[in-house]
Amino acid sequence: MSELVYGTYILVWPALTLGVLAVICSAVIKDAVHARKSDRNVV
Amino acid sequence: MNESGFVQFSILTIMILLVSFYGGTYLLTLLIRKKEEDTSGFMVAGHNVGFGMGAASMTATWIWAASFYAAATSGYTYGVSGPIHYGFWGALMILFIYPFGRRFRKLAPNGHTLGELIHARHGSSSQLILAGSNILGSIISLMVNFTAAGALVSVLSPLSFQTGVVVAGVGVLSYTLTSGFRASVFTDFAQLVALMAITVVIIPAVLFAVGGPSAMVDGMKNLTNQQADFFSVDAIMNQGAPFFVAVLAYAIGNQTISQRLFAVREKHIKRTFVTATLGYGAIVIGLGMIGLMALTVGVEPVNGNMNNLIPQMVSTYLPPVFVGLFFVLVIGALSSTADSDLSALSTIVMADIYGKNIAGDNPNPKTMLLIGRSTMIVATVAGLIFASFSLDILVMLVFVGALWGAIVFPVIISCYWDRVTNAAFTWSVVVAMALFCIARFQLLEMTGATVLFFEILASVGGAVVFGLMAFGFFGRVVGLVVGAVSGVILLIYATGFLRDYMVLTASLTAYGASAIVCTAMTLRNKERFDFDLIKQRVGSYDAPAAEEENESTMIPQGARS
Repeated sequence: MSELVYGTYILVWPALTLGVLAVICSAVIKDAVHARKSDRNVV
Repeated sequence: MNESGFVQFSILTIMILLVSFYGGTYLLTLLIRKKEEDTSGFMVAGHNVGFGMGAASMTATWIWAASFYAAATSGYTYGVSGPIHYGFWGALMILFIYPFGRRFRKLAPNGHTLGELIHARHGSSSQLILAGSNILGSIISLMVNFTAAGALVSVLSPLSFQTGVVVAGVGVLSYTLTSGFRASVFTDFAQLVALMAITVVIIPAVLFAVGGPSAMVDGMKNLTNQQADFFSVDAIMNQGAPFFVAVLAYAIGNQTISQRLFAVREKHIKRTFVTATLGYGAIVIGLGMIGLMALTVGVEPVNGNMNNLIPQMVSTYLPPVFVGLFFVLVIGALSSTADSDLSALSTIVMADIYGKNIAGDNPNPKTMLLIGRSTMIVATVAGLIFASFSLDILVMLVFVGALWGAIVFPVIISCYWDRVTNAAFTWSVVVAMALFCIARFQLLEMTGATVLFFEILASVGGAVVFGLMAFGFFGRVVGLVVGAVSGVILLIYATGFLRDYMVLTASLTAYGASAIVCTAMTLRNKERFDFDLIKQRVGSYDAPAAEEENESTMIPQGARS
């Protein structure tokens, strides 16, 4: 297995984690803004 | 470092970390605290959880302390494909439940537990089988998570195992007790952000600290042929297949999942669960890679204990600050799961036991909340006691896993087929459990016609798993075709082969036997059930605010059954 393939195989998971983290955070911020406008809790 | 090679924190440092974590989490819950909590908010956050919070909560809940350790163990044991065979199937447990979750939600839009739905469909015996399996599962999970906290604290500091167990138990209870599920979901988000951020940093840090990809390639010579093979049969049969079999069982048997199916806004169920699938898979497979790195660079786990692999790698190759981050990572993972288990247990006792079986026609919302909070306290104490005694839970785990497998078919099919009866549900589970025990503990001599009989049942069980998965996504016709084709293939190739894997055979027997008995008994019934009745029978326990003055409407909707 080449270094590039091995490195990618291991590092793709933290990269994917970062992507999912960004999606979740942006959705929560959107929900929080909406909740504040409606004067209610985010949950 | 201590004599075992782990970084040692002082008592002061570890207490600062623990107090900051649990104190900060407690302070967060003050942001959402209400003067008077209602039962719907306490159990399912008013069915109004958004996509972001829902996805974060589902991901954080499904990742428990054992996820990291087991994924790393899988990487260390099975090599290149090991972490995938742990994390991928675990992630699919979240993905495969959502099509069924949408059906549950359609049938019971105001539900709180899957047990309530089954009670409305069949009655108490079926419901209590499901609720009982949920309770056992959550108590085991609580105990495992508290045990992990104790083990971590005792390894990384001079504090005792019992101290770690008690701090985790009291910490989790303190922030969950007042607001219940709302607190669980809100803190899950914060815990997941910390968990993901640390994961993103710690995996590349370990990789480059051990010498980067080039050192890993050099270390490939340390792997056996099976470990170096991405399609290792060893990894598939011993790690992947048993997990694949459990995909639907764990999801159906776990109230922490169904609670979120009932809590997330209905239109967000799909993207919430797809996002959680990706999040879970990425974090768990990623951390499992640390086990693979340990294997390639030739690290031996301290005392032969695989659970030491990740702390050992972090302690050996990274500065102490990373060990502190790892500590927060594990405490965050186990706390987010433990608070979800407390919420799940309280909801089951509130709705399934008190609401549906004790209160009769008049459940009192205030009594329900009191029961919910008392349940949390009792469950925490039970979890602490079981964890402190380090009980061997293997047998309990085996039974709960089998029970979950046995209820998958009856639960799912009861939500689609209007002829399934309470007797068909109950007897299918009883017969499946009996046959499971015979196969798992080999109570009969597993030779000749006997073992062939169980291989045939297990083949049917495999067909049920494939068929239900296809049915969830593609509907009845595809589900039946996939089930039939996979059944024929399994009957041809698995008979004579499965007997070498009796644990797997026993698990599949539970699926197959319950499906056969449930179907046979259902076909004899000609009466049809009106699914619209479920919506009427499962409702909110809170009195409608606008109608508070009208005494006749004070009877909670959930009591009208």
